[in-house]
Amino acid sequence: MKTIGSPKLRGASGARWVIGLPYLWLLVFFALPFLIVLRISFSEMDAVRVADIWSYVDGTLSLKLRLANYLFLGEDDLYIRAYLSSLRFAAMTTAGCLLIGYPFAYFMARSSPRRQPLLMMLVMLPFWTSFLLRVYAWKGLLSEGGWVYGLIRATGLDHLLQALHLIETPGMLMNTPFSLLIGMIYTYLPFMILPLYANLSKMDMRLLEAAADLGASPWVAFWRVTVPLSRAGIVAGSMLVFIPCVGEYVTPELLGGPQSLMIGRVLWDEFFGNNDWPLASAIAVVVILLVLLPMAVFNKVQEQAKGRAS
Amino acid sequence: MSRVTRPLFGTRFARLFAKAWLLGGYLFLYLPIVALIVYSFNDSPLPVVWAGFTLKWYGKLAQDTEMLEALLLSMQIAFMSATAAVMLGGMAALALHRYRRFRGRSLFNSMVNAPLVMPEVIVGLSLMLMLVSVQHAFGFPRRGMGTIWLGHVLLSMSYATVVIEARLRELPPPLEEAALDLGARPWQVFWLITLPMIAQSLLSAWLLSFTLSLDDVVLSEFLSGPGATTLPMVIFSRARLGLSPSINAVAALIVAVVSIGVIGASLWIARRERKRVSS
Amino acid sequence: MTPYLQIDQVVKDFGGGAVAVDGVSIDIERGEIFALLGSSGCGKTTLLRMLAGFEQPTSGRIVLNGQDLAGLPPYARPINIMFQSYALFPHLSVWDNIAFGLRREGCAKDETAQRVEAMLKLVQLEKYARRKPHQLSGGQQQRVALARSLAKRPQLLLLDEPLGALDKKLREETQIELVNIIREVGVTCVMVTHDQEEAMTMASRIAVMSEGRILQVGPPSEIYETPATRFVADFIGNVNLMDGRLSTDEPDHVIIDCADCRHLVGHGITGSVGMPLAVALRPEKILLSRQAQEDTRYNCVQATIQERAYFGAYTVYRLQLASGTLLKVSMANTERHPDEALHIGDGVWAHWPGTAQIVLTR
Repeated sequence: MKTIGSPKLRGASGARWVIGLPYLWLLVFFALPFLIVLRISFSEMDAVRVADIWSYVDGTLSLKLRLANYLFLGEDDLYIRAYLSSLRFAAMTTAGCLLIGYPFAYFMARSSPRRQPLLMMLVMLPFWTSFLLRVYAWKGLLSEGGWVYGLIRATGLDHLLQALHLIETPGMLMNTPFSLLIGMIYTYLPFMILPLYANLSKMDMRLLEAAADLGASPWVAFWRVTVPLSRAGIVAGSMLVFIPCVGEYVTPELLGGPQSLMIGRVLWDEFFGNNDWPLASAIAVVVILLVLLPMAVFNKVQEQAKGRAS
Repeated sequence: MSRVTRPLFGTRFARLFAKAWLLGGYLFLYLPIVALIVYSFNDSPLPVVWAGFTLKWYGKLAQDTEMLEALLLSMQIAFMSATAAVMLGGMAALALHRYRRFRGRSLFNSMVNAPLVMPEVIVGLSLMLMLVSVQHAFGFPRRGMGTIWLGHVLLSMSYATVVIEARLRELPPPLEEAALDLGARPWQVFWLITLPMIAQSLLSAWLLSFTLSLDDVVLSEFLSGPGATTLPMVIFSRARLGLSPSINAVAALIVAVVSIGVIGASLWIARRERKRVSS
Repeated sequence: MTPYLQIDQVVKDFGGGAVAVDGVSIDIERGEIFALLGSSGCGKTTLLRMLAGFEQPTSGRIVLNGQDLAGLPPYARPINIMFQSYALFPHLSVWDNIAFGLRREGCAKDETAQRVEAMLKLVQLEKYARRKPHQLSGGQQQRVALARSLAKRPQLLLLDEPLGALDKKLREETQIELVNIIREVGVTCVMVTHDQEEAMTMASRIAVMSEGRILQVGPPSEIYETPATRFVADFIGNVNLMDGRLSTDEPDHVIIDCADCRHLVGHGITGSVGMPLAVALRPEKILLSRQAQEDTRYNCVQATIQERAYFGAYTVYRLQLASGTLLKVSMANTERHPDEALHIGDGVWAHWPGTAQIVLTR
């Protein structure tokens, strides 16, 4: 039976509350803070207070936008390097998660239907245990005497890592780009696997049967049929990994070293260390601008997926 | 639409490869957890050098007032924020699902989805600055448990909305119309028909929000005040200083509790599914 | 006498040029089973939803038993609907499903129990009262849905594609059962369907709809044997349509010249000589024989059998006429092993009585 939208109960006060309350909440606690951050980024620290940026004197309204914060970001190449480094690490993490996660999700989706809930649960279980603790665990694993440390040294992989500039000296695996990457890939892997699995498990197997019938080998069918159809899952998973990764703080702090510059740490240090709120705000504004495009992509993919499912 | 699920690559090698990849992946995921648990029994102040089996770290944990107080605070905040997140998130999900067109819908949608991906330092910073501005202007709120709660609700709400909205979309539309036709007013439709049917998703959303709150470091650091230290904050400050076996003990306990919970829940759900299908 | 249900010039305009219902007026008598028949997109479902209260008409009135339904929400109308998918509440038992509407009314506990029991008895599901919908078969679920929509003793019962979800065998049995129950209860019923068989077997009157408009209203036999337009003739059942011109116009008979034959129709029509017409001939009214009839001037044509489809109870032949037109003929297989079977390629004479033709002016 054709349904043109759900029963329209507009006008009922229920609608006003159901929409209004969360909307108001989000406006006040999500949107408004961003505006305040923007405003503070244009001001200067006045002891603990944040000085007003506009003043009304003698009939003239003057807006005092202190662009010094933003200019400072451009001058000291620390910040530019940090932004670029963050983007780089986020991209590498996304690539790593995709490389490990896609085949994983694929094989999960292809297992027997009875086993899939179990496989799913086993992926989710680490997610429910504290991520902080698991990242901390890698500290132990990668320090001298740790299991992974021993494994990498024994197999000589550390020389490969050194060649890739992921570590400096073969004996030190901690506080390197390598340890940071491992930590981030580890943390965000479930975020990549879940949307991919959701997408791949709903794929119509008969399409692959048709491809085989038309002469495509499994390899060709994979690249020509499966991968294109899972595009929505790939994009969703990548966005879910990339965007938060850019501003990551905890993992870089625990596993990264002086070499791995991440903008999240820089922001934190400016805020908590130097107490320079306006500068921290400026840093935040630039991060928001950087992730605005990927976020728009993410939003659009979500809407499309919803539209196709309904 | 029936799905024939069988591996489409016929070679044995391919099947072995698949199994190996899955196994390797799970190994990767569980390795740190296993390491945490194993070393919680390590009789040595240096967690990476094995020196014998002991339970002393668990004993020390029982006397670790800082940790215990933080745990209590975290549980309280998690409970309250999960409840609020499910209520607000449920309303948001209902709003997005039922009302296809209202003014500002796309803005609403973006705001609901954004916390899912936005880096937490940004959310924490902005919320904190706003609260400070409000405090300067009106004298309240003081930063502490309440403000942490606020941040957690904001974050969890997005996840709750995703979970609940997914379930709402699965409900066949005629159900609500049938209820209306039979004489139920809109609020009765929600209470008698919609709510029972999304009950399980509400529970999932609550548990998810609870976990997120219990685990959060960044927002808590930004939004807390004197005297309000959450468990993750304690763990984080200790972890920064170096490796400490007390953390391992806490970790092992948390893993145990969570595992029992998740496995128990999965078994319960599986049993309900089997009962539903067989009858 | 005013009709029980009056649909008066109802229009539903969704905007952007999408007019789903375009000025429909129907009068429905009390106790009728009335069918809205049409293919998808013709507006029948929108009209049904307007009766139920899920949509409001853009203009026009709907009056039920003297009460104007304008602006009334679904829960305030004395109308109940049975959905195509049944829409049974999965978390409630059969008993609670049926009792749902009564409870919303504020019906007293013992009266509710009484009426639910009565409904269960009516649809013969007393033993299944405590079961949940997913534990029932499709046919049983439908009976629950029916019982649920009759429990409140509505003034009007709406059925949305009632047999759509059932397979063929079940459909035939259910058709009869449904009609019996509805007649026993005596409720006025409006049903929507795209299935002609469903409409013709169940309804006392049918309205054929297309593109938001009513093309014809009447009892099934009238719609079938006396379609008002080419569209209706083509829509209902199978038909052969032949274009022609009126050559002789007499009060008691007319002669129409077509490309392949001349029709002698045994009744008069309003028209003028020379006007273009269409003659509709139902396949089952045509007879085939190897020899020509006595009078080969009218109502017969020579043809070759081009295709033959065996349906068990009857056989459908497609004949090619001299002009290349195809004629569909349906013959009942009255004998198990006929002496003279007709094969592809055979030449035959097709003939029909002068009462079989339907003359269509539009």
